[in-house]
Amino acid sequence: MASEAAAQTPAQGRVKETNENQCNMCMPIGGVVAFKGIENAMVLIHGSQGCSTYMRLFNVEHFNEPVDIASSSLNEKQTIHGGEANLKKAMDNVIRVYQPKVLGILTTCLAETMGEDIDRIVASYIEEKKISGIDIVPVPTPSYSGTHAEGYWAAVRGIVAYYARPAQSHRRINVIVPNISPADLREIKRILGLMGLEYTLLPDISMTLDRPWGGKYQKIPPGGTPTAAIAEMTGAPVTIQFGSTCPDSLSPGKYLEDEYHVPLVNLPLPIGLGNMDLFMKTLHKISGNPVPDELVTERGWLMDAMADAHKYDADGVPAVYGEPELVYALTSTLAENGAMPAVIATGSKNSLLAERLIPLTEGADEPPVLIEEADFASIEDAAIRAGVNIAIGHSGGKMLSERHDIPLLRIGYPIHDRMGGQRILSAGYRGTLAFLDTFTNTLLNHKYATYRQKIKREFCTPEGM
Amino acid sequence: MEESCTLANSATACIAERQDSIQTAGTGRTRIHCTTDSLAGSVSQRACVFCGARVVLNPVTDAVHLVHGPIGCATYTMDIRGSLSSGSELFRTSFSTDMKEKDVIFGGEKKLAACIDELVAKYHPPAIFVYATCVSGMIGDDIVAVCKAASARHHTEVIPVESSGFISGNKVVGYRAAAEALLTLIRPKEGEIIEKTRKVNFLGEYNLAGEMWLARRYLAEMGIEINVAFTGDSTVAALKKAPSACLNLVQCTGSMHWVASNLERTFGTPYMDVNFFGPENTAESLRRIAAFYNDPAITERTEALIAREMKRIRPEIEKYRAKLRGKRAAIYLGGAYKAIAIIRQLRGLGMEIVLSGTQTGNVDEYENMSRILSEGTIIIDDANPAELEKFLLEKHVDVMIGGVKERFLAYKLGIGFVDHNHDRKDGLSGFSGAVRFAREVYVTTCSPVWKCLHTPVPGGNTHGQ
Ligand code: SF4
Ligand code: SF4
Repeated sequence: MASEAAAQTPAQGRVKETNENQCNMCMPIGGVVAFKGIENAMVLIHGSQGCSTYMRLFNVEHFNEPVDIASSSLNEKQTIHGGEANLKKAMDNVIRVYQPKVLGILTTCLAETMGEDIDRIVASYIEEKKISGIDIVPVPTPSYSGTHAEGYWAAVRGIVAYYARPAQSHRRINVIVPNISPADLREIKRILGLMGLEYTLLPDISMTLDRPWGGKYQKIPPGGTPTAAIAEMTGAPVTIQFGSTCPDSLSPGKYLEDEYHVPLVNLPLPIGLGNMDLFMKTLHKISGNPVPDELVTERGWLMDAMADAHKYDADGVPAVYGEPELVYALTSTLAENGAMPAVIATGSKNSLLAERLIPLTEGADEPPVLIEEADFASIEDAAIRAGVNIAIGHSGGKMLSERHDIPLLRIGYPIHDRMGGQRILSAGYRGTLAFLDTFTNTLLNHKYATYRQKIKREFCTPEGM
Repeated sequence: MEESCTLANSATACIAERQDSIQTAGTGRTRIHCTTDSLAGSVSQRACVFCGARVVLNPVTDAVHLVHGPIGCATYTMDIRGSLSSGSELFRTSFSTDMKEKDVIFGGEKKLAACIDELVAKYHPPAIFVYATCVSGMIGDDIVAVCKAASARHHTEVIPVESSGFISGNKVVGYRAAAEALLTLIRPKEGEIIEKTRKVNFLGEYNLAGEMWLARRYLAEMGIEINVAFTGDSTVAALKKAPSACLNLVQCTGSMHWVASNLERTFGTPYMDVNFFGPENTAESLRRIAAFYNDPAITERTEALIAREMKRIRPEIEKYRAKLRGKRAAIYLGGAYKAIAIIRQLRGLGMEIVLSGTQTGNVDEYENMSRILSEGTIIIDDANPAELEKFLLEKHVDVMIGGVKERFLAYKLGIGFVDHNHDRKDGLSGFSGAVRFAREVYVTTCSPVWKCLHTPVPGGNTHGQ
């Protein structure tokens, strides 16, 4: 069985060549999520049909919503003669059926390998068809150069770069978010509101990918960041970006800072007391408003819960994996609760995760193993060696439970084997508390289910004597 | 044809070029337009050639399944089927060569060879299937040569699966690629003679939720043994003994007929179509298998089994039929074979079929379908969500049978839904499966939830949605 064989491989990093059980998806799917957070947007992937069908499937299962993604459906002929005609025809059809205001064009590896110049194709299409009233935004996303996390940032940055133009100064702050759940976005919006701030949230999937029931299927669901607001992000007093691990080359906030001198505050995701306090401190400084009682009370509840649970949490030996930004925030949350992860892993490379983790993990009793460009074979291997007893991340880690009886706390993207991936709340004091309770109870569940057998085995069998 | 797009309440919902892919049973017998590539820009539900190949081959339990391409192609098809194994679980590990930019530029053959070497050393598998993807196909990697060299180097079977996704958006092409790989695997060595036995092979059975095991139990009771299934719960060694069977049972259209006729030509094994979806189909199939043996004892046992099972399930099916009579169903599935079986099953439950379509049906299959459907039923090839929505509403559908991508479309419209895909966790075949199926149709069609969803908002606010 794979697990036995896996134990023979080196402790750190993944097996040399092969990726065994993938921990990440590919660039365009990240771009899809970003575009779904723009008002009136539809997305079209230039490449072969299969890629976009899969991305739909994964998104549909995660968000529990219809998620339409069009494809230019390249086939063999076009790979020789170029996909321009197909892409143009695809744009025609998508525009006709969906009537979007924004059409995001992303590429698959195939289109990139063919050397398709989507900027040029889009420009010539706009000219030929005299397109007006629809913004066609091309973003190259060749997957062999990054994961879905990088694809997401690339698309957000592409969107900002497309719309940004000099604007009058105004009061609305920019808030740029990584790929987090619609529930987290709603919590962040609530907090911004409580702090009396006006803001532009980019992107905003809180309503587009988590629709209340309405008895109809909306081709393009209402919600999302209005493009007019994106255009004016250049006039904002400041950008808060939950992108502490996002490299500058992909950072939308950095773009606004470099090109339009909007000061950038890069923060970790507001998960965990420390991270959340940092967010509140920043908002307080920007708004001049005190933190309202409501939030202070919520903070108090979280702190009370931390005290209540700390001894149970101390028994946790977590493995945390997923997109760098989430992994960072969860690591610090776990660390502050006395459950320093033993394994920290991400499919990405070149994120700033490793660097950011140093201050967090420096003084740890047991220094964690960090795996970049991780696959699950390497995570599994490191987890077994470290005696991990809880895994935290997306559905891809299910084998850890199946094979090694390590309970999996599902969080992040994608969650396709449980209900409600779009509703998981972990941001804010309230979200952190919800996460912490789930964490503690997952440990307790497992402990109560196994401790009798375990102790009995230790004392009452011949081998245990 | 009148029925298709001219009826649209939102004419924009249909792309004119798709008109020929939509038909109405009983009206003009023009040939439906199908099995071509998906139209650029329509949101097709189709997957890719590679996916087709992988669903067919992946259940070979002790083989390594190595996807030669960029990461996403492997991620999206990881653990793709709910196939169960009685032995090795190696097939559930998703191996990818994880092509990066440099592999794309300089060719991926070296990387592929290195991955094969690594996997042989780590797992000593009896066979490795190497799947081509769009990108490896596009850059012209000669996977046949790499596999041949690796086979010689390691004295193990390394079999190329020529499933470059871009050849067509259609899974059928992939089924064929998988079929060729299977034939390569079972081709006996020079001079090797494989003795015939009284056993049967079961082609096109993937042991989803243990469905092969159920069929095996029926056949065992009749006194017939299954040699090997293609490919549910199969091993490389067992597949190599495929020529020893005296009969091939073929379930599922797609590529398995082609395999069966090949086996007939090469090994003189006759084949027979069977279908285990629905009690009548199951009974008929068992009778035909029994008849092949022309042995009164087998026939007698078969009749006893059928009588007993039919008697057992009748009251249960009756119970559901009473609730479902007159309800309206839509079917949209991958292949026509399953669609036709389900039409029969739903009819057996007293339901009316108002829409039927597939992703990959061919002209003959659609004609067959049209013949058994009542007048006015919509028949559709490679539908997109806009079309599905239109017909679901127009036809006042109560329940839809489809794949995951359609699930939330149905739910958004307040319509029941039954999954009938590769990923199912509950068996739907045979006599017990028929009860399970009836129950699934019932619980969703007649769920109390739908009524709740139509209750008005207290206080009369109708704008909140
Ligand atoms: S690149 Fe090709 S093989 Fe890979 S998922 Fe896309 S369509 Fe399928
Ligand atoms: S070809 Fe690239 S874009 Fe398509 S699924 Fe594979 S990795 Fe993703």
